[in-house]
Amino acid sequence: MSPAEATSSHTIAVLVDNEPGILARVVGLFSGRGYNIESLTVAQTDAKQNLSRITIVTSGTPMVIEQIKAQLDRLVPVHRVHDLTIEGPHIERELALVKVKGTGEKRVEALRLADVFRAKVIDAKTDSFVFEVTGTSDKVQTFVSLMSALGLVDVGRTGVVAMTRGGEAF
Amino acid sequence: MTAEEPATTGADLLVKALIDEEVEVVFGYPGGAVLPIYDSLFKQNRLRHILVRHEQAAVHAAEGYARSTGKVGVVLVTSGPGATNAVTGLTDALMDSVPVVCLTGQVPTHLIGNDAFQEADTTGITRPCTKHNYLVKAVGDLARTVHEAFYVARSGRPGPVVIDLPKDVLMNKHDYEPPKKPVQHKSYRPQTKPDPKKIDEAIELIAKAKRPVFYTGGGVVNSGPKASKLLTQFVRMTGYPITNTLMGLGSFPASDKQFLGMLGMHGTYEANLAMYQCDVMINIGARFDDRITGKIAEFSPRSKKIHVDIDPSSINKNVRIDLPIVGDAGLVLEEMIKVWKAKQLKTDLKALKAWWAQIEEWRGRNCLAYKQGKETIKPQYALERLYHHIKDRDHYITTEVGQHQMWAAQFLKFEQPNHWMTSGGLGTMGYGFPAAMGVQVAHPDALVIDVAGEASIMMNIQELSTVAQYRLPVKIFILNNQYMGMVRQWQELLHGGRYSESYMESLPDFVRLAEAFGAVGLRTDKPSDLDGVIEEMIKIKKPVIVDVGVDKAENCFPMIPAGAAHYEMLLGPDDRAKPVSEEGMVLV
Repeated sequence: MSPAEATSSHTIAVLVDNEPGILARVVGLFSGRGYNIESLTVAQTDAKQNLSRITIVTSGTPMVIEQIKAQLDRLVPVHRVHDLTIEGPHIERELALVKVKGTGEKRVEALRLADVFRAKVIDAKTDSFVFEVTGTSDKVQTFVSLMSALGLVDVGRTGVVAMTRGGEAF
Repeated sequence: MTAEEPATTGADLLVKALIDEEVEVVFGYPGGAVLPIYDSLFKQNRLRHILVRHEQAAVHAAEGYARSTGKVGVVLVTSGPGATNAVTGLTDALMDSVPVVCLTGQVPTHLIGNDAFQEADTTGITRPCTKHNYLVKAVGDLARTVHEAFYVARSGRPGPVVIDLPKDVLMNKHDYEPPKKPVQHKSYRPQTKPDPKKIDEAIELIAKAKRPVFYTGGGVVNSGPKASKLLTQFVRMTGYPITNTLMGLGSFPASDKQFLGMLGMHGTYEANLAMYQCDVMINIGARFDDRITGKIAEFSPRSKKIHVDIDPSSINKNVRIDLPIVGDAGLVLEEMIKVWKAKQLKTDLKALKAWWAQIEEWRGRNCLAYKQGKETIKPQYALERLYHHIKDRDHYITTEVGQHQMWAAQFLKFEQPNHWMTSGGLGTMGYGFPAAMGVQVAHPDALVIDVAGEASIMMNIQELSTVAQYRLPVKIFILNNQYMGMVRQWQELLHGGRYSESYMESLPDFVRLAEAFGAVGLRTDKPSDLDGVIEEMIKIKKPVIVDVGVDKAENCFPMIPAGAAHYEMLLGPDDRAKPVSEEGMVLV
């Protein structure tokens, strides 16, 4: 495989009309054409104009990434497509809820690590915690891995949301 | 009725919207969910309705209508099976970029999702096989949605659009909303005007070429007749060779010396070798389909490639492009001609002379040659004779899919756009006959011929009833070799001659079949009778089936075997190249 064909991960933000079926169109495009979805988040971001922002993390060769963007852009309800990975510096965040069950030293250690990761305790029982942790996907993943040795019961992750740095939109 | 009450039902409003979109003909089939629309159609006389015998045929007929007129074709089918039967046609229209608006009935909104009688998730099913689709949930959205659907279907790269219409929406009342002109869609605004800098760069590259070739496709036809004129003008200004894709035939006159014929899997030797050897490739409105490129790794390895396309997703999809130009083919050609003239560019005449000498040598191989004997009719001969008799008449050709389709593309000559309708991308057997109906509806006085195989024609044979009802004098010219010829050919070349399920058992007597539907049936299998039969077919002002018995063993050449490169093409039966690679075997 030549270097040009190496795959890389891209974070793509898509502004769409918030209408029934739009998510199916986007997801169907990815499955129908055999593209990867590593993470996908969607929510309404502009109530007045009824727009939603979809953030997709995907991977592929440069040619495939270019295709993904062109294919997204030609969907009728899509307003704009931005490849944040190549458009300059950007920030990515993910939120996770992490449930840990345990007592004694394990419970204390979980709480100590949560403090290191600036995770918040949002639910507590005498034998369990639910932590809320935010950060890059790497940080969230590291925290979850650490918790698995300390009584991890369940994880919920939002997937990545992302935005460019600086004053420009997107 | 008081003044405040809205005047029209959803169904009436729909008909009004169609008339405002300049629709003249609707191809359809009624059913429970669309009864209100059929009631509205009954009460008016502006829209003509053609009752087909199967919903798939309705879409193909609308495609034939659209491709021969440049207008949007309109289909009306009921919910459930009506909509699912239309899916093949919609996919066909999507693959070949044909503007179609398909109205589907739907169960009333309060029953959606309840598995009601004749309910299907039509927007879900048609999402991947349409350019866009709508489910209208309130009558207040109906007129606006119809206008938007027509805009989407015809703008940018054209395609099929479905509007799903629940029955209660068709019966509720609302005021009519006429279309806004010009349309300003909030998100869908395809780029049609090219970037002038790119045009400059392209022109420089084109002028300096030593071994250039134009490779043009359906995008030129879709841009309108003016684009074909501009293409012809520009190609003649440069003196460069040109080849057309299956979809592009007719956009450059086939009789011109600069025309190399069709390219691709069954394209000419000269066209494919020119593509392989060229140093500058000028692709206008074609999409580097796998039937064109053959083995991608060895596709035109030494050329700089210019690609003009209205759809940015077509660029760099299969083949790496050096100079992409997003825009409408006609507008791009107009700019190219302007810049070419303004710069007073001269081509490299010496290099061009050598290039043409090389091309003439390839042409000299006479790759379409066949041996016509006295006993059996060669399919190629049948088409050459057909062309001889129709060439001076106003004629339109449609085809089904298979060997006959490729022979038609090779042996009929297309001098103008919009006169050749064939299923390219999807390869839909059963396309040609209903498409011919649509063409005949649009051009009542023209000679419309469906070049068919005996297997394909069986896939929409029920439409004989439609042509009888509307007295559509469509001609069905069957090249009958009693095999699914292309399947048989591949089995011969790739599967050791094991003709599994490709022999057409129990074929009908096509002459009596035609007569049963009030059409005329003719038959011959003698070369000496062929001309007489064709002349008679043309004379009869009714639908005609001509059953031409042809050589059963004839294969379609030239052929680039699946997975092979352009230079590995087989020219005839004696030309067995190396066995097809394992990679090639898995290709379609």
